[in-house]
Amino acid sequence: MIMNLKNIINHRNRTLLRELVATDFKLRYQGSALGYLWSLFRPLVLFGILLAVFGFILKIQSNIEHYPVYLLLGIVLWSFFVEATNNGLQSIVSRGDLIRKINFPKYIIVISGTISALINLGISMVVVFIFVLMSGVELRPIALLFPLVILELYVLSLALAFFLSALYVRYRDITYIWELGLQAAFYATPILYPMSLVLDKSHLVAKLLLISPMAQIVQDARYVLITPETDTLLKLSHNWLVVLAPIAIVAIATTGAALYFRKNSKYFAEEV
Amino acid sequence: MSEKVAISVQHVSKSFKLPHEKPTGLKQAIIHFRLGKKYETQSVLKDISFTIKQGEFFGIVGRNGSGKSTLLKLLAQIYSPNSGKVVVNGSLTPFIELGVGFNAELTGRENVYLNGALLGFDRKHTSAIYNDIVDFAGLHDFMDQKLKNYSSGMQVRLAFSIAIRAKSDILLIDEVLAVGDAAFQQKCFKYFEKLKKSNTTVVLVTHDMSAVRRFCTRAILIEGGKIIQEGSPSEVASSYTVENLEDTTETPQAGQPKLETMYKITGTKLEQTKDKLALEFNYKAKDGEPVYLGISVLKDGLSIAEMNTSELLKLNGSGSASYVLELPVFNPGVYELSYALFRLENKELIGAGDRTVKFIIEGLPDLTKSGALKLSDNWKKVGPHEN
Repeated sequence: MIMNLKNIINHRNRTLLRELVATDFKLRYQGSALGYLWSLFRPLVLFGILLAVFGFILKIQSNIEHYPVYLLLGIVLWSFFVEATNNGLQSIVSRGDLIRKINFPKYIIVISGTISALINLGISMVVVFIFVLMSGVELRPIALLFPLVILELYVLSLALAFFLSALYVRYRDITYIWELGLQAAFYATPILYPMSLVLDKSHLVAKLLLISPMAQIVQDARYVLITPETDTLLKLSHNWLVVLAPIAIVAIATTGAALYFRKNSKYFAEEV
Repeated sequence: MSEKVAISVQHVSKSFKLPHEKPTGLKQAIIHFRLGKKYETQSVLKDISFTIKQGEFFGIVGRNGSGKSTLLKLLAQIYSPNSGKVVVNGSLTPFIELGVGFNAELTGRENVYLNGALLGFDRKHTSAIYNDIVDFAGLHDFMDQKLKNYSSGMQVRLAFSIAIRAKSDILLIDEVLAVGDAAFQQKCFKYFEKLKKSNTTVVLVTHDMSAVRRFCTRAILIEGGKIIQEGSPSEVASSYTVENLEDTTETPQAGQPKLETMYKITGTKLEQTKDKLALEFNYKAKDGEPVYLGISVLKDGLSIAEMNTSELLKLNGSGSASYVLELPVFNPGVYELSYALFRLENKELIGAGDRTVKFIIEGLPDLTKSGALKLSDNWKKVGPHEN
């Protein structure tokens, strides 16, 4: 692992990573009139829809203030998760032409896919921050922990990207399975509904849902940035084993994915 | 040339698993899992060992499917061997293809930076050599156009201009010569000359035997995943040429009248020295019928000399005859021999071996005196004509 970390900051690999990310970015809005602006418009329009649906039509009964921003943040984080894992999943196969002709560390390709998603997240977060300020959210010092939450989200997404990309080289059905998995996970994560709805039904189910790293990440992000009324795992349980479970899951997934990827990356050139 | 080893290949074997139907989906994977995996293991390289020293221009030749490209990818560490080891000392750049990573939707300029990064140049270095690259490719006016608007010749020119900037200790070059026109090949050859002078270690995989003879300092011939010859480029190039010929010789059609039950002739090459080629023929003719034997030397399928025993030897029944071919009259190249048995009475062909013996005259062809035969220069100046 230490060797790997050294390689990541290796000058040559950094150059390559930058070129691959730049290429992705240039190609994404190739030929569209508004180009990069679309990355800004997407969260903007999304916010408008959320405001209309949840502010006027559905009116979910919840005691959470700033509910539209609260929703927007959840959806933006989830969108990053979807984009990063999907980019990662496709990355090795879509760069097969390179892998078959030149030898370079394969993880660069996976990282470049997730960094493209990270750039998009950055743009979306600018919009989120603007709405956070406009909604009159009172920023507390704990908001400084927000980058840590994003770090956890990125590590989790990267781990899944490594695992899925290596798996996809051999099994092309993974893309459909992952699509379904994401659908299920979306509803298992308290993004569109407030956690209080689950808590009313069962305390245990709520706890179980929050042990999933994505739920923990989304709720913690909302807690530090928007409102302390958010139901986080820390609020529901004072057992440290439970509280640390999501982080342990992320750590185990990262190690497992790194090992699996390293073991299989030797054969990408002939299998892809 | 130093004695330091640039690449060492030790007992390397490589095989690929080829499923009868590749399980690229879970459905197939489950079916395969339940029925037992059905795949063939195709062994491409078998226990290959050789070393390349620093500064060598090393040729790898072999027919299609012999495993030479797989070997090159193992040297480039794109594939990893099933057993054995490949040790590379120094930086290495592979040219399995020109313009790796070129993207049609990017401009020429963007592609230079992308391809440069893949070849190991950082942005600063690429910027420094950018003008040279564009100059050499002659594409000044096109650099801000998308690559998809380039002709294929322009793309190759751009890719080649970037490639020759690679400053690695070891370069691996695969069939780059196969693309492009004569002018481009000339550029390639110039580049090879430069590499040779600069003492860069080069590994060249090619079908072009003249390039092997001209540039390589050593070469190997691969056939069926094994090294069948290792040595001087001209020896290896000759063996390769012979091997190719043997495959193109047509086998006799079935259903033709079988004369060989009554008449038969076989020819073998006994010995080839620098000056002489000794041949031996065995023949058989019906009931002691008088026959004569003829041989012809062919170059590129055309007969350039014919010799026969006619009534000289009075051949009949069965027996053998020998012939010694004087070689100094031939220019360097590949020649074939046909031989035939004729009925003496009416000169009818009754048995033949068509182009079954080959011989090669070693050496570089003298371009000012091409042609099959080397005849003496009996020139005499007759005197200036006054007008």
